Amino acid sequence: MNNLIELQNLKKYFATQKAVDDISFSIEQGSIFGLLGPNGAGKTTLIRMITGIFYQDSGSIIFDGKKFDPINDITKIGYMPEERGLYKKMKIGEQAIYLAQLKGLSRNDAVQKLKFWFEKLEMQSWWNKKVEDLSKGMSQKLQFVTTVLHEPKLIILDEPFSGLDPVNANLIKDEIYGLAQRGCTIIFSTHRMEQVEEICDKIVLVNLGKKILDGTVQDVKQQFKENKFKIKLREVPANSNDNSFTIIDAKANEFIVKINEGFKSNDVLQSFLQQGCTIESFNEILPSLNDIFIHLVEGTKSTARAFQQI
Amino acid sequence: MNKTFIIARREFLTRVQKKTFLLTTIGLPLLIFGIYALIIFFAVNDTKDYKIAVQDDAKIFKTSLEDKKKEVVFSFVNNETKTTLDAALIAKKYDAYIYIPKDFNLNNIKDSLHVVAAKSVGLITKSTIEKKLNNALEENKLLLGLNISKAQLDSLQRTSEIKFTTVNGEKDTDIKTTASSIFGYGCGFLIYIVLFIYGTMVMRGVAEEKTNRIAEVIISSVKPFQLMMGKILGIGTVGLLQFLIWIVLMLGLQLLLPLIFPDLMHQMQSQPIQPGMIAATSAVQQSGAMDHIHEIFAQVNIPLIIGCFLFYFLGGYFMYASLFAAVGSTVNEDPQDAQTLTLPITMPIIFGFVIMMQAVNNPNSPLAVFGSLFPLTSPIVMMARVAHGVPDGVTIFQLVLSMVLLVVGFISTTWLAGKIYRTGILMYGKKVTIKEIGKWIFRKA
Repeated sequence: MNNLIELQNLKKYFATQKAVDDISFSIEQGSIFGLLGPNGAGKTTLIRMITGIFYQDSGSIIFDGKKFDPINDITKIGYMPEERGLYKKMKIGEQAIYLAQLKGLSRNDAVQKLKFWFEKLEMQSWWNKKVEDLSKGMSQKLQFVTTVLHEPKLIILDEPFSGLDPVNANLIKDEIYGLAQRGCTIIFSTHRMEQVEEICDKIVLVNLGKKILDGTVQDVKQQFKENKFKIKLREVPANSNDNSFTIIDAKANEFIVKINEGFKSNDVLQSFLQQGCTIESFNEILPSLNDIFIHLVEGTKSTARAFQQI
Repeated sequence: MNKTFIIARREFLTRVQKKTFLLTTIGLPLLIFGIYALIIFFAVNDTKDYKIAVQDDAKIFKTSLEDKKKEVVFSFVNNETKTTLDAALIAKKYDAYIYIPKDFNLNNIKDSLHVVAAKSVGLITKSTIEKKLNNALEENKLLLGLNISKAQLDSLQRTSEIKFTTVNGEKDTDIKTTASSIFGYGCGFLIYIVLFIYGTMVMRGVAEEKTNRIAEVIISSVKPFQLMMGKILGIGTVGLLQFLIWIVLMLGLQLLLPLIFPDLMHQMQSQPIQPGMIAATSAVQQSGAMDHIHEIFAQVNIPLIIGCFLFYFLGGYFMYASLFAAVGSTVNEDPQDAQTLTLPITMPIIFGFVIMMQAVNNPNSPLAVFGSLFPLTSPIVMMARVAHGVPDGVTIFQLVLSMVLLVVGFISTTWLAGKIYRTGILMYGKKVTIKEIGKWIFRKA
């Protein structure tokens, strides 16, 4: 698979911060990519450079095989910022048509596509309502539609599910999968790690303006696994101590164990088997992304990122 | 479709569809019209007679002025000199006098009637005096000439110039100057207000787009310059439409005035002075309040003023709107931020207004000439000069030069503002200083 977008040594410094400090990564075409990081890590700045809103101080962006040209390439991008606004006094249908026209669609095309999407997401009755009549979740749906309406190659969604109820969140999630299957590349930025685990193929974690993690969700989990296993026995073992593992949590016939250095999972099983225990289940416990995130970010003082002189 | 046009269309439509637009567009001319009618009403009801003594040594008027007994009363006196008449004015025996020396020749262009008044004469009274004197003169000239030469015919058709001075020798402005000054002041003031109203409208629009973060969504679709120009063009069209409606409404109401105030018209119907031949030619002509108004209007070149007004409105608007847009783009969360930065923009506008007030009375002073050529002040100042007419108030050359400079001016401010706007609209959280803005201007795209 070829890469839709490649970032090479991107830098963007602001007066008081190195918002993006030498970040490089690439995103495959048709993948769902998670851009993670604590508040103020530089995610939004990074996205703004990808959408042509900011010019990088140094480094380069390759988009679709060529040097990124904001003026022509922005019509191939759909961006839904985290803090997204709409014209409050405008009617919803008109507003959606307006935004679509700015992306280069003709009025007729826009109306046709909007009708399709409004029907799909059960929004038909909204057409003549004003934006100010919408709840936060409802305007979220509208913004999602206006973001993907012009069938962009790259869709960037910043916290797309905030304010959505589970039913609507699933509706949007299904659309995201559908878009990826049709070849759209999606950059997904959020703090909700369980959503990332569920949706994303590959992730990058940025903190303090630097990339600290890059890989597929599975790779990352493997990388940070702590050799923890959960073992369930039919009967309570007489002796549950062995030098091959340390018990972290014990509940009669259920144990969570950490394999000591120099031993393998088979050693754990063997120690119980030797006692004549019947093993009912044995699984590896992989860390959740949430745990990895906290592990990596905690203690870096990034939660209250200090202003630095540059 | 061009994206700038799409943006302009939206800006235009959302503003025009608002109720407030309808209210101000229809309401304002009605308000002005109301004030206007009120002024006429009071002017008409002011029944105090204006007494003028006439010492006619040249025997020009004979008795033709005497029997007219309304508003302005002419009484012929004998054996008075300028000195005794001056004394009579100070003693308030008369409001004004006309002294016609023996050698006064009607057909001599250089000789003109001289009205000396106790104090500056009001516009309407002035117009009444002028009308009566001219009618009487015309009548006399006709009676005189059975064998009229070509020169005499010309002088006949030319209304005599009548000079007004006050008793202490100050030259009182004639109707044309006064009317021109009023028009110049009015138009200059209107442009001054308009620059502020529409300028801040652009600024608020930009700041609003930035703070509610729709700007970020839109900038990911269009170039910042397109967004800025779209907004400026859209709001400018709103302003233009509003003015055209105003002009049409004002002219319409103007014609309706006699229908709305028939009593007033009747009351103001001053009896026709024209006997004999003149009565035949100008029987249609009515004199009254409307006549005065029309006469005042007739003193200024309305099409020229409207044309220049629209040009200077658009030119001035484009120049300042882009600057206001640039300031709007530097606003972060708090609209207060803009205040210090609007100062450099509002200063020249206010400066222009000050020069304009001078130029109204003195359209050819060096300051007025400078102010009407310098593009930042010309939209306001030039209106004051144009009202005095071409070439009295301003030469064709200066007018054209000023227009060219204004076009050059707004192209450069737009270019400059575009550079600031491009960076400003995308800049969040960064405290903006003048120095910073300087950097943005010189940064390459």
